[in-house]
Parts: sequence; C-alpha cells; structure tokens
Amino acid sequence: MIRKFWQRIRPGHGSVIAIPYLWLLLFFLIPFIIVLKISFAEMQLAMPPFTDLTEYAEERLQFNVNLGNYLYLLTDDLYVSSYFASLKIAFISTVLCLLIGYPMAYAIARSSPAVRTGLLMLIVLPSWTSFLIRVYAWIGILKNNGLINNALMAMGIIDEPLHILHTNFAVYIGIVYAYLPFMILPLYANLVKLDYSLLEAASDLGARPWKTFLTVTLPLTKAGIIAGSMLVFIPAVGEFVIPELLGGPETLMIGKVLWQEFFNNRDWPVASAVAIVMLLLLVVPMVLFHHYQNKELE
Amino acid sequence: MSARRSGLLFTYLAFGYAFLYVPIFILMVFSFNESRLVTVWAGFSTKWYGELFRDQQMLDAAWMSLRIAFLTATAATALGTLAGLIMARFGRFRGHHLFAGMITAPLVMPEVITGLSLLLLFVSMEQMLGWPQGRGMTTIWIAHTTFSTAFVAIVIASRLRELDISVEEAAMDLGARPAKVFFVITLPIIAPALLSGWLLAFTLSLDDLVIASFVSGPGSTTLPMVVFSSVRLGVSPKINALATIIIVLVSISILVAGLLLARMDRKKRAPRSTENGDA
Amino acid sequence: MNAIPDAGKPATKANYVQIRNVTKVFDDVYAVDDVSLDISQGEIFALLGSSGCGKSTLLRMLAGFEAPTSGSIFIDGVDMSSIPPYRRPVNMMFQSYALFPHMTVEQNVAFGLKQEGVPRRLIADRVQQLLKLVRMQPYARRKPDSLSGGQRQRVALARSLVKQPKLLLLDEPMAALDKKLREQMQLELVDIIESVGVTCVMVTHDQHEAMTMANRIGVMDEGRILQIGTPTEIYEMPNCRFTAGFVGSVNLFEGRVVEDEPGYVVIQSEDLPQKLYIDHGITGTMDMQVWVAVRPEKILVRRQRPESEYNWLQGKVRDIAYFGSHSIYHVALPGGRVVMAHVSNQQRDCEDCPTWEDEVFLSWEGNSGVVLTR
Repeated sequence: MIRKFWQRIRPGHGSVIAIPYLWLLLFFLIPFIIVLKISFAEMQLAMPPFTDLTEYAEERLQFNVNLGNYLYLLTDDLYVSSYFASLKIAFISTVLCLLIGYPMAYAIARSSPAVRTGLLMLIVLPSWTSFLIRVYAWIGILKNNGLINNALMAMGIIDEPLHILHTNFAVYIGIVYAYLPFMILPLYANLVKLDYSLLEAASDLGARPWKTFLTVTLPLTKAGIIAGSMLVFIPAVGEFVIPELLGGPETLMIGKVLWQEFFNNRDWPVASAVAIVMLLLLVVPMVLFHHYQNKELE
Repeated sequence: MSARRSGLLFTYLAFGYAFLYVPIFILMVFSFNESRLVTVWAGFSTKWYGELFRDQQMLDAAWMSLRIAFLTATAATALGTLAGLIMARFGRFRGHHLFAGMITAPLVMPEVITGLSLLLLFVSMEQMLGWPQGRGMTTIWIAHTTFSTAFVAIVIASRLRELDISVEEAAMDLGARPAKVFFVITLPIIAPALLSGWLLAFTLSLDDLVIASFVSGPGSTTLPMVVFSSVRLGVSPKINALATIIIVLVSISILVAGLLLARMDRKKRAPRSTENGDA
Repeated sequence: MNAIPDAGKPATKANYVQIRNVTKVFDDVYAVDDVSLDISQGEIFALLGSSGCGKSTLLRMLAGFEAPTSGSIFIDGVDMSSIPPYRRPVNMMFQSYALFPHMTVEQNVAFGLKQEGVPRRLIADRVQQLLKLVRMQPYARRKPDSLSGGQRQRVALARSLVKQPKLLLLDEPMAALDKKLREQMQLELVDIIESVGVTCVMVTHDQHEAMTMANRIGVMDEGRILQIGTPTEIYEMPNCRFTAGFVGSVNLFEGRVVEDEPGYVVIQSEDLPQKLYIDHGITGTMDMQVWVAVRPEKILVRRQRPESEYNWLQGKVRDIAYFGSHSIYHVALPGGRVVMAHVSNQQRDCEDCPTWEDEVFLSWEGNSGVVLTR
C-alpha cells in the first residue's frame, strides 16, 4: 500500500524509473530485436558483413526477408544434433548438480548458525574467483599425463593413460564443478527457511524419515529446486568455455557452434539464427525461472 | 536427526567441499613447480611468478580489466540500486512486467547470446548514429554494466524487502521528503548490501571472457582473453601463478568483507527478533 | 511549528479532528466504509477492533500514508486531502517503533526538527527536554539496537512528540512489549501524553489497553464504526451484539418484545421459561426480535429459588473456571445452552458455594440487562 503512495506523490518518480528502464531497453532488449533482424539477412563480404533487410529500389521500399539461414540450420545435421546434445548435456549436468547440491545445502542449513555463515562462504568463494581458471584447473588433472592418470599408473591400476580430457565426460565434470554453487545457494535459501518442527511433526505422526523427506521437505523446497536447476540448466545450454577447453571434437555444443560461426566463419546472419533458435528453446525454462525467482523475492 | 544420519550428512558435505577445493589447491601447488610440466613435481620455485610479472601483455590486460571492472562496478551499483528500489518499492507501474523480466533474464542468459546481441547493437548504432566508433573499453564497460546491473538489483531488492518499511514511513512522517528519505534513511541502512553489490559487479566484470570477446576491439584485450588464448594452447605454470594470485586476493577480500558484513548484520538483526510483525 | 495555513473557519475544541464520510477501497474491498468521526482537542481516542477491521487503514489515512477513496479529513479546520505526510502536523509512533537503526537516540529524536531547519541550539535544547520527559537522558548517545523494548518505545514517543504535532497517532503501542511491561507502560504513556496535552488517536486490538488509556473508544468492525463512547458507556451500554461480545464477555438471550412501555420492556425468549424484564424503554415495536445482553458479573448464583417473576434461570453447574480473585461458573440450562456467571471468591474455602453438578438459580436485576436491536 505504501508502494502505491510513493508512486503517486514521489516527485520525479518517472525519471527514477526511466534511467534503469531505458538502459535495459537499449542494451538488453533492443539487441535481441537486432539479432532477429540480422538472422533474416544474408552474409556478404563487407563491413558489416550482412545485407540490409530494407532496400529502396524502383521507387519502392522492399523487404528482403530471407529464411535461408533457418532452413540451413534445419538441413545441416551439425546444428540439429548440436541443439540436442546441448540440451542433453545441460539436463544431465543439472540433475548431477541437484544430486550433489541438495544434500550439501541440507547439511549446511541444518548446521548451527555460527558455522553456517562460514560454510556458505566456502561455497560462494570459488565462484568469486575466476571461472576460466577453475575450468583450467581440470585440464591439469584430467590430461593424458595429468594427475589422475599419473596416480593410477603409479599405483599400477592401469597400464596406459585413460582418455578423459577432450571427452563429454570431462564436459560434465566441468559444468557440475563450475555451476554447483549456483545450485546450492537457492536450495540453501529455501532449506534454511524450512521450519524444522514440520519435520518433527511429520515423524511424530508416524512418517519414516524417507517418507518425511518426500512428502514434506521436498515439496516445500520446490521453489529452490526449480530456481537452482534453471540457474544451472539455462547457461549450461549455451556454455562455450567448458566444451571448448574440456570437450573434444565429438562434443557438439551450440554455444561453441555459435562462437565458431561468428569468429571463424564470420557468418553473422547464421550466428544470429543460431542464437534466435537457442532463445526459443530457452523461453520456457526462463519463464519458469522468472516466476520462481520473483516468488522467492516477494 | 539421529547422530548416525547427521554424521553421514557431514561426511557427504566434506566430500562436497573436497570436490570444490582440491582442484584449486592442486592448481596453486603447481604454480610453485620448478618444471614447465604442471603435473609432475620437480622442486619448489617461484620463477613463474617472476615470469608472469615480466609479461607485459598480461600486465596490460590485467590493468585494462581492473579499470573496466572498477567502472562497471560503480555504474552497475548506481543503476542496480535504482532498479532494486523500483522492484521493491514502486509496485505495479505501467510496464513493470517487462522491467522485472529484464532484471531476471540477464541472470541466466547464455553469454554467447548476450555477447552476440550487444555486438550487433553496437555495429548497428555505429552505422546509424556514428557512435560508438569501433569497439573497445567503452563497449565492454556498457556490456558488463548491463548484466551486472541485474545482479546488483537482485541483491538490493532482497535487502529492501526485508527492511521494515515503517522506518521509511517514520522519516516521512517526521517531515523528510521521499528523496531525502532515500538518501538519509534507506541508503545508510542498506549500505552493506550496496558494498556486496559493488564487489559482485566487480568480480563479474573481471571474470567475463565470452561477452568481452564479442564486444572488444583492437587494443582492448582483457585479462580473461589473454588467459584464454594461452590456455587454449595448453597448460602453463605462468597461468597457475596468475590463478594463485587471483585466488589469494579474492579469498582475502571476501573473507574480510564477509566477516565485516556478518558482524554488521548480527549487530543490526539480533534485537529485531523481539519485535513482532504487523497484525 | 508546521507551516500549514489556517484555511476555513477555526475548529472548535470539540471537532479538532474531523473525519467526514471517509471510505477506502483496496481492490474492491472496503477497508474503511463511510466513517465519520469527531475528535476533540486534548483527548485520547482509541480505535478498537480485531485485525483487518480497518482501524490501521484509518490511522494511516490520518498520517497521510493512504489517501481516502472518498471523504475528507480536517485537522484544526484544515483539509488534509492534498497534504503529503511530510507536511502534515501529525506524527506517528509506529508499531515496530521504526527507530532509525543507524542513528543514536539523540539523532532519532532530533530528526523531525532537522527537517524543518530549526537552529541547532534550539534542536539540542528541545531534544534534551523530550529525553528528560521520557526519562531517556542517560541513553542519548546509544543506538536503538542496544535498548530494551520499553526504552525503544519511550524514544519513539519522544521522537513523535518533538515537533509538537497537533495530532499524535499510536499504532498498537504495546504490541512489541511483553505483558508485564505493557501494563506499566500503558499508564506511563498516558501520563506523558496528558502532560504534553496533545490530541491522540491510537489503534489497538486489546480492549484492556483501550479502556486503560483512552478517554473515548470507537469500536470498529468490517470498516465501520459501530459505537463511540467512553469506556464505561462501551462496556455497560453496548449498542449492538458485536460490541457487547468484543468488549468483555456477555450472555445473549434472543427473544421478542411482549410488553413495550416508556419506562420498561418485557421480553419473552423461547429458550427460557421466565420472561426478561429491563428497566429502560427502547425504540422499537411490539413483537420485534431483540437480544438481551447480561454481563457475567451482574449475575448472582444462588441455591435458593428467587422470588421475582422475571430475570432468573435454573440450571446445573457444568464447569468452574478458577481465576483466583473470582471464578466463572458455566451453568447449563435444561435446554442445553450454557450461561456464564462471575462468583467472587471472598472466602478462602467456601463450603456452601455451589460446586460441580449442583442445581443452581441465576438471577439479575432489572437494570443489569441491555436490550440490543442489532
């Protein structure tokens, strides 16, 4: 109710909203419209390297909408399988993060308040150091002559090095490692608010621990599960650094494809089309995230 | 909770932390390795640190990144505080759905999409308006500010939502105009959140590779870009040395800031528990 | 002190604050529904009601945090509709006290004067004066979080009095205190407010608080004011079933008017064998449906059958709730309904006092009951 009031009488209310609003419109929303526009253009060898959508010829304004880029994405097997592979890798990584992160978040939320802050800080700390460097750390561990292979060979378990780096397996490790904190934080925020007496009430009423977890804890932390999962899944679909550094030739991820299309082939219209299709695939997860994120804040 | 089960849980927790920290420790240990091979120990040496500090390209890039991060953090804190205030206090205005969407979407938007879209915006703007001329520090700064603003806004909005709104009403009741209420009452109370927002934006900017790669130009190479091109060619103890420095610096500042914030928070929140909410 | 021009004719003492047909609608819900009310200068007026009855909304409209959907508010003859909260001669003590956590006690109290550009010397004097009034001088340089609940309340009071407002608002002033402290602070608060002489409107859901502190009480339900009166009037002469039940406990008997004279009425209830006699006239008609309210402490519990033709009942003691100073007897009538009666415990052990399962007679005087028509 006070909000309405502020809105009504606050002098310069409009300009307070206008500054961040216009910034975000100009630098976040409008760029997507431009991407959409260029995805309908054709590549040309010039700067900028794409054709204009509108043309003034024969005294008429002409629109040159070109669906070729999208047809190209559909017909070339590389793109379709990249989309599927990205969704699959992101999905499996999200599930792994959830399986590892949930018990951790639970344990932190159940620890004494004095320890809790420290434990939480230890979860956050790695994500404040460099993402790139944390991915790089795994190269030395997973390499053919890396730590794992050296250790296994020294112990005589294997004779020749396991090929781990530059496989999808390494990509899974990388994604789970890099995104785990983003799963744990919302889960923790949810679990710490959970009234412990509800669990006691459930077990008092005869529910076994596992049943209590399934019927009380899990449903009450649904918002955290969804927020955490989306925080992992959505960026993982478009991940570039991890497949580039840890993945191999067989790792087809759409973020990497887009990068190559743009930087190596310099085909901006196709890169734009790749981005638009990726966005369309991510609309539902993003709306889901937005919904639960807002719920969390209110 | 039974002792056995809580024991199990904490063993699990210990493994979780090991997973998070062992790779980082290995990375740091091998920065002191004599050998160029970062995986075989050949004796203690600090020579890679020396080499790192003689690498002019690396130093230039680091300086560039620090400058951009500082400017980004400052701008994003200002914009993000306004955005957070709007989200927490302004309720439903025309277009508030779109606004809320533009705050949450950057939190999860794949970086390649953000990077590509901003680059295309800058190119189109240059074509139409003649600005920005080429790409460089300014375009990176704009890009970083845009996505960092969303993170700062979330931090500020959640702090404002737990702030007792009657404190602001009391100030207004005693004769302070809304703008004065914001600067004299609201801002000082949420100052710790402002600080965490600033630090968050700073590290986000310092850490970004993908978006900067899209919107940078010649002469505006950031540290992650240099690291990335080096890492692509293989492991190098120099990168380990750099990583160690970054990790140590970040850990120290996070620990200091964290302890400081926790103390401020405890002091502020402890007596609040005796106050009941509104009926 | 506050730069409000005196528009219109000056208010009289009796209508210092005028609330005229004020209505507030939130998303189709009538939070406050056509309330009109006059508050006289220097009085303490309590809005009493359960949560969600609209009392807080009415208070917030007086402070200026909400604008009425329709109707108007005048304070000392000045229309408040276009005046924002920061320019109203009204100050509020908030339920949570809302002390500024980053300022000392002194700075909190000085805040209101600073907003008006009062010279620093004068501010310092005035702040000292107020801190002395609320006995908080020794804590002037403390921050709010190092104070106890009672101390914070006193600082909040000093802060809201420092500008000498024409109207002081108290929002559930005791809600943040524990029970013991509450009773002590109620009287202390009234002493301070009366010594300053400020007109005061308070909001509470606690009938004891309202009756202890206020000169007059307005009972609110569903956005409307049902009754306005002194604590005695509200308690002894409730004008409707809601007020009778909300303030104190009551026995209600439903019935019809069978004799309607200017000096008395007789009511026949289907549940009861005896008729009910009330020694005041009512504005009503023969055979109309009414309720007779009888407070438990007005009812006498005896073993003997009363002689009177009217106003007695026979029943069996179902339950006795012992409160030390008195006990409440729950007496079941043959029809099954239960009537409550106070029995004061004058003797330590009373041998012929009725006990569980005893047959007893309940009776009361003709001037004890009140006839309610709604």
